Amino acid sequence: MKNAASIIIIAVFLSIWELGARLYGKAFILPSPIQIFLRFWELKEVLLLQHLPVTLMTIVIGLVISIISGTALAVLMSSRPGVRKALYPILIASQMIPIIALAPIFVLWFGYTIWSKVAVTVLITFFPITVNTFDGLSSGKKDMQELFLTMGASKKDIFYKYSVPTALPHFFSGMKVAVTLSVIGAAIGEWLGAQAGLGYFSRRMMTQFDGAAVFAPIFVLSAVGIVLFICVTIIENQTLKWRDKN
Amino acid sequence: MLAFNDVSFTYQSGNSILDHLSFNILPGEFISIIGVSGSGKSTIFRLVTGLDEPSEGTIFLEGNPNSQRLGKVGYMPQQDLLLPWRTILENTCLPLEVAGLDKKAAREQVQPLLEEFGLGGTEDNYPSELSGGMKQRVAFLRAVLSGNSLLLLDEPFSALDAITRLSMQEWLINQWVKRKSTVLFITHDVEEALFLSDRIFLLQNKPVTSFVEIEVPLERPRTRVDLHRPEILKLKEQLLSKLQSEVTL
Repeated sequence: MKNAASIIIIAVFLSIWELGARLYGKAFILPSPIQIFLRFWELKEVLLLQHLPVTLMTIVIGLVISIISGTALAVLMSSRPGVRKALYPILIASQMIPIIALAPIFVLWFGYTIWSKVAVTVLITFFPITVNTFDGLSSGKKDMQELFLTMGASKKDIFYKYSVPTALPHFFSGMKVAVTLSVIGAAIGEWLGAQAGLGYFSRRMMTQFDGAAVFAPIFVLSAVGIVLFICVTIIENQTLKWRDKN
Repeated sequence: MLAFNDVSFTYQSGNSILDHLSFNILPGEFISIIGVSGSGKSTIFRLVTGLDEPSEGTIFLEGNPNSQRLGKVGYMPQQDLLLPWRTILENTCLPLEVAGLDKKAAREQVQPLLEEFGLGGTEDNYPSELSGGMKQRVAFLRAVLSGNSLLLLDEPFSALDAITRLSMQEWLINQWVKRKSTVLFITHDVEEALFLSDRIFLLQNKPVTSFVEIEVPLERPRTRVDLHRPEILKLKEQLLSKLQSEVTL
């Protein structure tokens, strides 16, 4: 099995954790993996049916907004050098803003609605999508564009038949980063103020000193991140079948 | 077919490459342009394809002066420049798609040609699965499908190994005879030029004001053995010494 080494590492890690937690014996601070799993099983309906859909909704809305606006901005920057010169430095600089510190401002603006969480998610996922797509669109070779020109191709032909396929692998790299970040974004958004969601649930359980119930939604969040990542990889492999032959 | 009339080309930096150059290519001819690196070969190609416009003078394509040349001259670049995400069939359909044909019609037009170009059975392969010689065949077919009888080949075989190169030269001649196209072929290989061409244009001096023009005194069809005739060997010597005098180390 190709992932055997990873599985062994995880198994060893969980075993040490289990052992350490039992020796330590304070489940409200460090619950053992088995305790977390049992607590998850008790809470599975609350977690998966009540809180997961809320968080998932935030993630999906945030990602959709990021993908649409991020690719649009990338296309604009790659086709208009003026726009690129004006916006690219700002885009990079915007990453210096501590987004987590901004999050309370979104609560101020959007209140405890879903939109304050979506705003955090968008802010955190927008950058990798935009920058990767832009780099992809700019990575085309001049020779190739000139070959298209000698065929009488219009700018539109070159864009759709050359630039877009060239950019796709980069776009997917950006997506892989973005989907993992989106989970973090949604969870942070929920910590700050929400009535439901996995992040909110985890935080509420903290105030009740229920260690295992703090961890259980974190495991669900990780699973969501992993599933999203796998989805992107599957779509990527389907779209870029030609890469298998290289 | 193609004529340069007093064409000059100067880069914006003021670097003059061509200075009042004139030449004329007849339909159906096979012409090689030979010269050392940096002698202006690529500039001539860029002018012919329409990627650049002359600073002065007129370029006639099929009798039309300075008309839109982009899309009218089939161009085969040095690297095959095939799109890695398109299959061989899809790659060769590209010029037809650009010309506005829908995918189905393009495929129907290309399919029979694949066989003719020795590419039968490769249509669903990706370029990375093909050998260098096969990729150049695809690139040549793509140039032919750009829909013009004037083909510009820019050192197309320079990246191939010696043996593949020889068989590709013979293959190219067969295609040229069959398709009755006009070929302008850039090379720095004297032997290749002698084997393939009706006339050879040798680039000397810079800026280029005229070519040294050599008619190859060989009948067609030619064989490799013809290259060993005394008059050809002498010609080859002359060409090589002229080229060597151009090389600045």
